[in-house]
Amino acid sequence: MQSALQKGGSRSESRLLSVILILALCLTLAPVLRLFIEGVTDQGVPSLSLAKSVLAQGSTLNALKHSLITAGLGTLVSVVLGAAFAFLVALTDLRAKAALVFCLMIPMMIPPQITALSWTQIMGPSSVLLKTLGIAPPLGAPQPLYSPEGIILLLGIQHMSIIFLTLRAGLRAIPQEVVEAARISGARGFRTWWQVVMPLTLPSLAAGTAITFVTALGNFGIPAMLGIPAGYVTLPTLVYQKLAGMGTTVLAEVSVLAMLIGAVAIVGILLQRFFQGRQNVYLVGSTSRPLAIPLGSARLPVEILLWAVVFVILVLPMFGLLATSLVPAYGVPLRFDTMTFVSWGEVLFRQPVTARAFANSFSLALGAAVVLMIICLPLAWLMERHPTRLSRLFDSLLDLPYALPGVVLSIAMILLLIKLPFTDATLYGTIWIIFLAYLARFFAVMFRPVQASLKQLDPAMAEAAQSVGAGLFQRLRDVILPLSAPAAAAGAILVFLTAFNELTVSALLWSSGTETLGVVIFNLDDSGETAMASALAMTIVFVVMALMTLIQLFSRRFPKGVVPWQT
Amino acid sequence: MADINITSLGKVFAGTPALQDITTRFEDGEFIALLGPSGCGKTTLLRLLAGFDMPSSGTIRIGARDVATATNMVPPEERNIGFVFQSYALWPHMSVRRNVSYPLEIRKLTKPEIAAQTDAALAATGLTEYADRMPSDLSGGQRQRVALARCLVSAPDAVLLDEPLANLDVALRASMQAVFTDFHKRTGATMVYVTHDQAEAMAMADRIAVMNQGLIQQFDTPQTLYERPKNRFVAEFVGRGTVVPVKAVEQGENQLHAHVLGARIAVESEAQSQVSHVCLRPENLAISETGDLRAKVARVTYLGGKYLLETVSSCGTRLLAETRAKFDVGAQLGLTITTPWAFSED
Ligand SMILES: Nc1ncnc2c1ncn2[C@@H]1O[C@H](COP(=O)(O)OP(=O)(O)OP(=O)(O)O)[C@@H](O)[C@H]1O
Ligand SMILES: [Mg+2]
Repeated sequence: MQSALQKGGSRSESRLLSVILILALCLTLAPVLRLFIEGVTDQGVPSLSLAKSVLAQGSTLNALKHSLITAGLGTLVSVVLGAAFAFLVALTDLRAKAALVFCLMIPMMIPPQITALSWTQIMGPSSVLLKTLGIAPPLGAPQPLYSPEGIILLLGIQHMSIIFLTLRAGLRAIPQEVVEAARISGARGFRTWWQVVMPLTLPSLAAGTAITFVTALGNFGIPAMLGIPAGYVTLPTLVYQKLAGMGTTVLAEVSVLAMLIGAVAIVGILLQRFFQGRQNVYLVGSTSRPLAIPLGSARLPVEILLWAVVFVILVLPMFGLLATSLVPAYGVPLRFDTMTFVSWGEVLFRQPVTARAFANSFSLALGAAVVLMIICLPLAWLMERHPTRLSRLFDSLLDLPYALPGVVLSIAMILLLIKLPFTDATLYGTIWIIFLAYLARFFAVMFRPVQASLKQLDPAMAEAAQSVGAGLFQRLRDVILPLSAPAAAAGAILVFLTAFNELTVSALLWSSGTETLGVVIFNLDDSGETAMASALAMTIVFVVMALMTLIQLFSRRFPKGVVPWQT
Repeated sequence: MADINITSLGKVFAGTPALQDITTRFEDGEFIALLGPSGCGKTTLLRLLAGFDMPSSGTIRIGARDVATATNMVPPEERNIGFVFQSYALWPHMSVRRNVSYPLEIRKLTKPEIAAQTDAALAATGLTEYADRMPSDLSGGQRQRVALARCLVSAPDAVLLDEPLANLDVALRASMQAVFTDFHKRTGATMVYVTHDQAEAMAMADRIAVMNQGLIQQFDTPQTLYERPKNRFVAEFVGRGTVVPVKAVEQGENQLHAHVLGARIAVESEAQSQVSHVCLRPENLAISETGDLRAKVARVTYLGGKYLLETVSSCGTRLLAETRAKFDVGAQLGLTITTPWAFSED
């Protein structure tokens, strides 16, 4: 409070800050705290006995082992793919880099259950694409993706963009002079890379690896679609199975599981923080041109290779999805005479569940984007102007609901809202629990871009308005809002995009009538309606790409650091 | 219109004092310049006056109103003070006209009143033809004029300016100085102008407060500052000159005498006999063959119409003299000191 009073001329600002800050704290951190309390108590008294018994179960240990194996090896795949792309794109004179970067970002934006669905459509005996091409394995052959290896591969592809982005940002911070100095001293190609570039980027690579591991650990869509058929259970799918099978009677038990995932994730998050803090310490303030090492005659082959990889991990699965969505029945090969839009018509116009899911997902995503914008804009500005101890603490913790696995947040939300204090009412089973969970989960997605743009805003902008007599709300409305509107818009689109596709949180929180699109795709596929699932997935992919293109088109107008794939 | 009274004002940033115990008074309608080296607290003082920051101690009184005391603080939006920023701080999403009319909108004037006063402010700053442009389409000088018009339009009691010309080139600065002086004459507003360019301060201000390390060292008219500096810092910071110690000060009939660089000369001072140093400005040094102070020319700089000679006296002190005739580096000459200003410095 001390520093809040020192800076800033207006007491109304401090007051508003406290109000919004408390609201935001309740929204984002209360669920996490509630979960923690549940984990260390038994019927209201502090006790670790339940935790001990759950952790000793064979199924828990097995799922933990599976989670660590798939997340660990999946991260390895991400690191190999993402780092190769990052080094080549950031350091060399490849052409069409912007297009390449955009394509590499698409896997991150496509929801994991769709990634899993699309890949199963290009492999295995019943793949429509393979049948059409006449190269499908014989019937009865296993689907190779229903295996730990399949999960590892897809987790790796899904999260390679995270490695790519963090590493590229780190590489871009290396001034050209550093490499030139090495060359003048006589170091050549590979040696420059190994002895100069690598050591400088190691912190960003390590930070990216840690956060990728956390994300892979919390992934629900891929192990659910690929692992459940194979009987290979990870921690998130174990929680899902228990909760889906036995309902809220096992709430205490799954809380312990959620805490277990959370604990592993927190280790990863702390590692990421540690490495991020060590990034670029010796390069502060460099503004020189980024690197562009000429590849010479190797350029064309490298370009062909990179685009081939993009084709395999992005375009091919989409073709598989498209092919499946166009056949009358799953397993029929696609020819001109068999091609039909029946599945599309069915999911888009006839099925009441999908219509409801569209409405639910759309209103949840839009509502979350709007509410978060209303909270984050003033909050980010006031936190920038009045850094109190509480606001700094909040700043360091607000990523938690987003970084923690979705399963953890969902369980926390159920615990918090299943019985509202002082009443008999419950939000569990209503759409509001999903909405509140989305607000908590995507808070950081909205807050960080707005914060980045406000940090670049000259404080004199608001002070000039203040000196001519504008009060707090006039300043917010007439100066801060218009100036940070582009960033807020980008943040809102990102929130919308992620919430629209979301599966993990809603998979645990939905009930009949509150299905989201993610849940519906999952259920359609689960009940064998693969063609319809594919058509719905294709629709979502189109929506995602359209929104990403929209952001891309306006990216020039956004301040630095707002669009996640433009560093 | 208002005078500004500052009493024991202090400001501490994270344990380090940026301003220490400042007590002073700016008269109604005065043009005040705050002059000092970088980091001496000029901006801090200005921001305290504006109300952007809260003082750690002391009070500020503007007109009849205590705007900042130990317990209470009037927020900037209620002080009726104008502020011109070094970075202009124009709102990039508003046109020039809207930037200027915004203060009137805040004051809830009627549409025709707003239009009339905005037009008047734009005309006074010569911006009428740029009214519908966006700030990004203006030159630096035009932007600063918009900032001035924005501050003028609401008839503030006092106008605070933080190095408003620092971003402009030399020629533009001179013409903008005229704009500010004009503005001051016409409105009669109290103006507090921060600068680290002493020529600018001398040219515009009625009185200059020379600051160093969070303290006002001397607060006087430009002429007094130059001719009668209070201490070594002011003597060296304002104008050219060398400060040298004096010995054997004696009070004569109505004249103070002292030993300066080995010569016995008459000095002028405020504090009788308590002096310890004198300030030797070029005006105090006459060049003559017979001068009792021998010196060697170390450097010659042409100032236009005259030369500045940097000389080293036989006792090793650097002295600055001005002449119309040219001397070569290495030439020997004699200097006579005529009644320099003396002060006491501990
Ligand atoms: N917000 C702040 N936090 C901590 N220290 C500050 C802050 N603002 C100013 N200071 C310190 O207070 C001292 C005075 O700063 P101030 O900005 O008033 O200097 P100034 O005279 O305006 O200098 P300049 O001519 O360079 O603009 C400096 O040492 C500065 O580092
Ligand atoms: Mg300053």
